[in-house]
Amino acid sequence: MAPDGSAKAITQPVARGPRGRSPGVSSLERLARRRSSIAFLMTLPLILVIAGLVAYPAAWAIYLSTLNRRMRANIGFDNYLILLESESFRMIIWQSCFFAITAVLLKALIGFWLAHMLHHIPTRGQRKWRGMLLIPWVIPPALSTLGWWWMFDPSYSSINWIINVFGFPSVPWLGQPWWARISVIMVNVWYGAPFFMIMYLAALKSVPEQLYEAASIDGATSWQRLRFITLPMMQNIISITVLFSLIVTFANYDIVRVLTNGGPRDTTHLFATYAFQVGILSGNLPRGAAVSLFMLPILAVAAFFILRGVTRRTKEIA
Amino acid sequence: MIRSKLTRRGALKAGIGGVAATALAAPAVHGQPRTTLRCGFWDHWVPAGNGALRELCAEWGQRERVDVQVDFITSVGNQLQLTIAAEAQSKSGHDILSFPTWFPAAYADQLVPVDDVMGRLAGKYGAVTPAAEYLAKRDGKWTAIPAVSGTQMKPCLGRIDLLKQHAGLDVQAMWPAEDKAGPGADAWTWDAFLAAAEKCHAAGVPFGLPMGTFSDAVDWLGALFTSFGASMLDADGKATVRNNPKLRAAVDYMVKLSKVLPDDVWAWDDASNNRAIGSGRSALIFNPPSAYAVARRDKMENFDQMWTFPMPSGPEGRFTPYLPYFWGIWDFSRNIGPAKGLLEFLSQRESAEKQTTISAGYDIPPFVSMNDFAVWKNEGPPPGVVFNYPIKAHHNAKTSVAFAPAPPEIAVQAYTQGLNTGLIARIAQGGMSVDDALGWAERELRNFARG
Repeated sequence: MAPDGSAKAITQPVARGPRGRSPGVSSLERLARRRSSIAFLMTLPLILVIAGLVAYPAAWAIYLSTLNRRMRANIGFDNYLILLESESFRMIIWQSCFFAITAVLLKALIGFWLAHMLHHIPTRGQRKWRGMLLIPWVIPPALSTLGWWWMFDPSYSSINWIINVFGFPSVPWLGQPWWARISVIMVNVWYGAPFFMIMYLAALKSVPEQLYEAASIDGATSWQRLRFITLPMMQNIISITVLFSLIVTFANYDIVRVLTNGGPRDTTHLFATYAFQVGILSGNLPRGAAVSLFMLPILAVAAFFILRGVTRRTKEIA
Repeated sequence: MIRSKLTRRGALKAGIGGVAATALAAPAVHGQPRTTLRCGFWDHWVPAGNGALRELCAEWGQRERVDVQVDFITSVGNQLQLTIAAEAQSKSGHDILSFPTWFPAAYADQLVPVDDVMGRLAGKYGAVTPAAEYLAKRDGKWTAIPAVSGTQMKPCLGRIDLLKQHAGLDVQAMWPAEDKAGPGADAWTWDAFLAAAEKCHAAGVPFGLPMGTFSDAVDWLGALFTSFGASMLDADGKATVRNNPKLRAAVDYMVKLSKVLPDDVWAWDDASNNRAIGSGRSALIFNPPSAYAVARRDKMENFDQMWTFPMPSGPEGRFTPYLPYFWGIWDFSRNIGPAKGLLEFLSQRESAEKQTTISAGYDIPPFVSMNDFAVWKNEGPPPGVVFNYPIKAHHNAKTSVAFAPAPPEIAVQAYTQGLNTGLIARIAQGGMSVDDALGWAERELRNFARG
């Protein structure tokens, strides 16, 4: 590639006239020949999509959150201050963090364990198990959550029916705050763990077998192999998966909406469900926008630390 | 040289023929609709309910030479509410849209005032139910027309046999399918209701009254609070929780009542109470006739033992939960005139009766004078099961909207967040003291009014 980045320079040198211009080549043609122009043109559709579907709505949401309820006057950050003064909203901040962190940790642990189990199954059987374990992840969550809702139904829970058969009392799955929180997390873990499993399985398969053989010769125990080979080799994929899942779990809407509608006593509301309730159902779009934007700093901080770790490790490996 | 065979006489004949043909075809050309009116109506729970609106729109469109395009938008998953928000933001979409209870107030600035239509309708049919006026009138102007389709009330729907057996109440005799109250109707108060609830709870058929944040729960508790005079917000939107003996009395009552409700009512949705009465687990719920209609359709056991009757009365009177829909016209519509014409047609007595009849009595017209449609007398078995579903003169009842008379834009926030049920749940389920729970409610209500 030529220092000026022109694609033409690679293929054939062009005799240049005075002031470095190629004779007989228009400026439009020169522009089209530059690699940076071609790259820009090729990425333009993506840039337009991101600008239209990500940047514009985000900017609009930020602008919206600074308006008053009637959307007639700008009130700065008052919507955020009003929210922070609300006990219910402070509880929702805590709940969203508790829900997302607990669910992601459980999904990561269960996914890791499942990936290990699958990795040690012979290839023929593995495909069958892999397919079966992916089922929760491929069913649309609104539908599968409806199935869970029937199982947790306050009056006709099939799980309670089974519990009663064994002589234990019914569990108020959706009626008591802590049981409701546990139920919501359980469904989220059930839905999301297969994603972790498949990512970790792919990472496990990429760990060179020679490393384990060398460790065995050195007399490493299975814990040591996990601690000093598997986990360091998987660290980046674990970080990326956790970050991705954290974002999706924080923004979760459908599970809470179908299972509890935020109840009992608002104890299962998340940012997304509360934003919908305030913004759409209560007709206060600016405050709803402010609720949903509360996720942004939390996720930005998490993304910064996780991605910084990934970059550092990548540099170390390189 | 080719000579033309067209003679002067021939040209004249051809000309006359052409004019005649054009004149004959003209009415057909002028008969084509020149206006397209796009309507987004609420997708009715009762499948046939949509049929009534579709037929009425087609009939009016044909008569007025307007192409009426009708979409039915479900409220399941809040699809209708999302459509409203999207069309309001983009300023494009339907000309006419159905608006749920609180939405005309929220979008009042973007709706065409319909005082002229409401004036003509009120002149013809008399007063509109005050709750509809509270929800749709802003600064003295009607922002939308109270709709027939989808509008419901939620009076008592009880089991005749269970209430008679366990609570000693003959609700069919108290509230017969006639324009008069029977023996014992005067004593149908919230105290009598509590006594009956305790007896039915002891008998294993507790009253199925939801206490979550869904509309059935908020509506019935709102009606109870209103009948105690226990308002949580005044007409200016200020919290009236502190030093409010009427609210305190209503809360104390509710704490007692909640002890004899099923344990899981805190997690009930709008279908849980329907299932409770359909399955025979509950002796009474507050609901429109849909619970009965489903029980009858599915031939559930004892569906013919169901009976609709008015709400109990409290110190301040008898109030029935009211959940209306409205028909509004967007201000970006290019067909405001035809839109008003269609809505006026849909609100006529004949059109309203058609909608109510096809929905098996579910739809409630906004005009009190229309609460005498034959369908409510004829539905059954048992005959007259929904006779007392609309408010009749002898009920001495009024419609109630939870958190009225606060300005709708403030009241709606308390409504959708279930502040009244949340207050009771904090005390009865969460173990909070009444004072602490009232303090919490007051702080939340103040926040709703800000911004």
